[in-house]
Parts: sequence; C-alpha cells; structure tokens
Amino acid sequence: MSIEKQEKRQGAALVAPALLWTLGFFAIPFAAMVMMSLAHLEGREIVQGHDLGNYLRIFTDPSLRRGIFVSLEITAVVTVISVLLAWPLAWIIATRVPARWRRMALLLAVLPFWTSYVVRSYSWALVLGEKGVVMNALVGLGLLAEPVQIMATRSATIIGFVHFFVMLLTLTIYSNLIQLSPNYARAAEDLGASRWQVIRLVILPLTLPGVMTGAFLTFVLCIGDYITPQILGGNNELTLPQLIMLQLGRRGDFPMASALSVVLMVIVTLAYAACARWLKMERV
Amino acid sequence: MALKHTCSILAVTAGLASAAQAEDLNALIWCDHADPELLQPFEEAHDVRVNVKEYEGTAAGLTLLEQSRPGDWDVMVIDAVDVGRAVERGLLAPLPADQLNTSSYFPEAVLADHTTIDGTSYAVTEKFGYNTIAYNKAAVDPADMQNLDALWSGKYDGRIAIYDYYLPVLGLVGLEAGIKTADLDAAALDTIREPLMKLNAASKQVSDVVGSQTALATGEVDVLIGGGEWLTAVLNAENPDLDWTIPEQGGLLWAQSLAIVEGTEKPELALEFIKYITSPEGQARLATSSCYWGMPANKAAGDVLTDEQKAILRWDDQPDYLARAQLYPVPDADTDAAMQDLWTDMLQN
Repeated sequence: MSIEKQEKRQGAALVAPALLWTLGFFAIPFAAMVMMSLAHLEGREIVQGHDLGNYLRIFTDPSLRRGIFVSLEITAVVTVISVLLAWPLAWIIATRVPARWRRMALLLAVLPFWTSYVVRSYSWALVLGEKGVVMNALVGLGLLAEPVQIMATRSATIIGFVHFFVMLLTLTIYSNLIQLSPNYARAAEDLGASRWQVIRLVILPLTLPGVMTGAFLTFVLCIGDYITPQILGGNNELTLPQLIMLQLGRRGDFPMASALSVVLMVIVTLAYAACARWLKMERV
Repeated sequence: MALKHTCSILAVTAGLASAAQAEDLNALIWCDHADPELLQPFEEAHDVRVNVKEYEGTAAGLTLLEQSRPGDWDVMVIDAVDVGRAVERGLLAPLPADQLNTSSYFPEAVLADHTTIDGTSYAVTEKFGYNTIAYNKAAVDPADMQNLDALWSGKYDGRIAIYDYYLPVLGLVGLEAGIKTADLDAAALDTIREPLMKLNAASKQVSDVVGSQTALATGEVDVLIGGGEWLTAVLNAENPDLDWTIPEQGGLLWAQSLAIVEGTEKPELALEFIKYITSPEGQARLATSSCYWGMPANKAAGDVLTDEQKAILRWDDQPDYLARAQLYPVPDADTDAAMQDLWTDMLQN
C-alpha cells in the first residue's frame, strides 16, 4: 500500500467518528424533521404527505408570520446592545485591569453563568416587577412618580437576554483582544493617532472576528430561546420558539412545529452565511 | 478507610439491586401527581417506582400516547370531559367498575356521563375545582369580583392576568357573553372574539400556572381570570389576601380523572395505583399536592384533611359552587383547532 493511500485511510478513520456523529445526531434527525414538516394534521391525526401547506401557512397566517418578525426584531436588538456593552467591558478588562486582577475580573463578569437559566429569568421577573427592586429604587429616588411596566413586555425579554449574552460576548471579544500585540497601538500612536483613533481604526477592526463570532453565537442562541420570552415577555407576543412549543404542547401538531423549526434553521443558516467571512475560530 | 469504601460499595450495590428489583409504573400525569408526598406511600406499599411524565393539554397527551408503543404507559391523568376522545381512539382500557366504588363521591364530580362509554367505565374522577376569578382582596373590591363585567369595565385595566389555557378562559368569556360552555361552537367563537381581544387589551400578561402564581403573589397583578382555588390555596400561607370566587355568570368546573392506558403490561398494578389515589388518604394528599390544590372527588377525604385545609378548599361551599359551575367546553377537532387559532391570535396581537 502506498504511503498516500495509507494516509488517506488514516485520515478517513480519524474523520469517521465526527462524520458519524454529525450524521447520526444532526443530518438524520434534520431529515426526519423536514419529512415531518411536509406532513399535516387532519383532525388530530398526523397524515404523512409531501405538500408545502405548513410552509404556506407560516407565511400567510398573520400570527405565525408575526412570530418570525418578533423573533428577528428581538434578536437584532439584543445582539446590537450586547455588542455595544460587551466590547468596552472586554477592552477594560484586557487593557485597563492589572494583569493579576484580570482573572478575577473575568470571573466576576461571567459569574451569572453559574446560575440556572430558569432561576436567572425568574429572578429578573422579580427585579423588574412593579414592586421590584428597580421600580422601588426609581420611585424612591423621585425619578419616577409611579412604577412603569417593564415586566411582561418586550423590554423585559431584551433585558434578560442582554444580561446573559453580554457575558458570552465579553469572553469572545476578550480572548481576541488579549491576543493583540500592544505594538499595533504603539505604532499607531507613534504615527500621530489619538487614543480614540487607535481604538476606532486599529483595535476595533482587529477584534472583528471575536465580535462577529460572539454576535453570531448570540444570534443563534437568542433566536432559538424559549425560556426568556416565556417567563419575562408575559406572552404578550410570541417568538418562533414559543410558537413551536404551542404546536407541540397544545395542538400535538408535530408537522407545523417541524415546519417552524425548519424556518428557524434557515434563518440561522442565512445569518451564518452573512457573517461567515469573519467566523474563523482560529482568529478568536 | 477500606471499610468505609467497602460499605459505600455495598450500599450502592444494594441500592442498585433494590432498584433492579422494584417494578416500574409509568404514569402520564399533571404536575400534582409528581409530588413525592403523594407517590411515596404507594411506592413503599407496593415496592414500585412510579415514573411520571407531565403533559399539558389533552391534545398533547393523546399525541404522546399515540406515538408511544403499547406498554410504554400504564396510567394516565386526563380531563374527565375528554375521556371519550381517548376511548374513541382506543387509548384507554376498561376499568373494573365494581372495584372502584364512587358512592362516597360528590355526586356532581362522578361525571359518569363522560367516564363511562357504552356502559363501560374507562376512568374515575379524582379531583375537581374551578376556573373562575382569583384576586387579591387587599387590592380590589371583592364585590366587583362577583360579576365578570368588572374585568371589562376599565377599572382593573393593567391589573389583570389571563391564565394561559384556552379552554377555561374561552369558556369564561363565553359565560360573560351569555354563551353556555356546551354551546361554544365555531359560530360562537366569532361572538367572543371581540370581548376576548378587549380582555387581552385590559390585561397585563398571559401566564402559565407558575407565572400566574408569581404575578399574584408579588402584586404584579391583582386579578387572574381562569384562576381558582388550585392557584391561591398553595399561596394562602404566604398571602391570606389571595382569594377566589365564582361570579354571578358562573365558573368552569374542571375535573381530572385517572385511567389505565390500553396495552399496559401491568393492569393489576395500575388498578392498585388508581385505588390508592381514590382512597381517602390518597385523595387528601392529591387535594393538597405541592403543585396545586383542588377538591378531592371522594368526600371521604374530608376525614383526613384538617379543618384549615378544608376551609382553604371551601369545603362547605361546594354544593353552591357545584350548582353554579359549568363543565369545560368539549370541542371536536375542528372547533378545537379554531379555538387554538383564536387563542394564538389573542397572544400575538
């Protein structure tokens, strides 16, 4: 056997476990989901078929269609706010916090990760309520005449999400920042750049891979999340995952739930395609 | 140290052996049956382990059963009014009625019309209660709560939560519009669309059991339409101001029943479980389950419940309440789909 053939076989053997894993736990279940999305519910029976009725309904039924837009709007706002908050935080930790305190600062930044996601969301429900800490403080300080409603609104959902995703983004951006040689900034300053110009024209572009990776992860996790909008949003509008759960939990409409899930997958794929050029993990 | 290790290994081995010996009973349930205080006496008495899976809504429960293999499930909790739907699809096994005596039951809670099909009994009711109005009497005028009109009057706008279950709430909106739950068909849904949307506009949130309890307990809302003793009783110790009533227009009677799933390989054990749950002791434990309280179908549980527990359950008021309550709507598949579409529209607008 030639060395080339031997290497090919070794390569195939090394790749095989990952390939089988992907096939067994992604490709086959996904194909099953697509097949299910082409079936439909007749009365309470699932009838196998090959029609696009469920997809047609998603884009013609105002309630289902709105779910897509609600999800996209919330996800876009959360991603933008999280990036705007996480970048300065990561930059401060990477450049302004003394090296011996950095680990502690990072630890504090990601501390909320240690709490259960559900518990954290319910905690926010208590904090954001009309008799919660935030409203009590604002009314007590005289900044508000009376409490305003945050809980059970889209704002509450966004706050809950941002709290979580700022931590995630801080990590990805920090790991990018810490790899940058300080010589880039020094060189720019030597050439007459102000501190702001150094950040805007040198540091920021070099951290784009970290920002985009974190933003993509935020997008994917946020648009597919069911718990936060369910607990904090007050069911006053439904996101795609909530609509999926409604089909499963209430109607037993697995075909429609599958079709909505496929739409969700397509949205995530499009998001990946849009920022694929920056998603090079080795640069993060 | 070695002794300690040996003891640990023996203990673990003994535990595994015990687990291996213990029989399993698989139950498709509502959350009140997941309470260890309820299950433990049965598990110990019969040396079995009760594995539970919670589900929400009959449609989801029936779908779960249909997608399972025969023998996967042994017993099932189901809305008494939906027993016929399950029997129609061949999902429930006949019960030996002679072994399940309901003579000590509240007569209105037996619901034999729904649990007995063509002379064969398929389920036995175990717990009932009301979907009506729950409120914080320190924050609202209790007199207002005697009439559903108050929720549409504007006085309580922004202070109302809606219980996130379409059947009872659509039923209550129907009662407000003068439509009996039994008449809530597709045409009637058009009539209640507008009042439902108005109610949604006046409400602050639409929430599940935990969300509703949290909202009432924290003062986030003062009124919950669709609530009842099942929601306020568990919060009574924390806040005695949380109360409930059945308004002039009436309330909805919910009644859950227990059935043996067709195809079970342990019919005797399943029957023993039903006997335990419907016994006075099982009924008292189920009535005061940690997830939610409700009236026991078997009056004999009154001998086991404390006076305080009975007061919270409004034991003495039951004859009046039962006379004024209507059963859940029992929609056919198409009406059920139309109801859920209406509910989704309400949530999304």
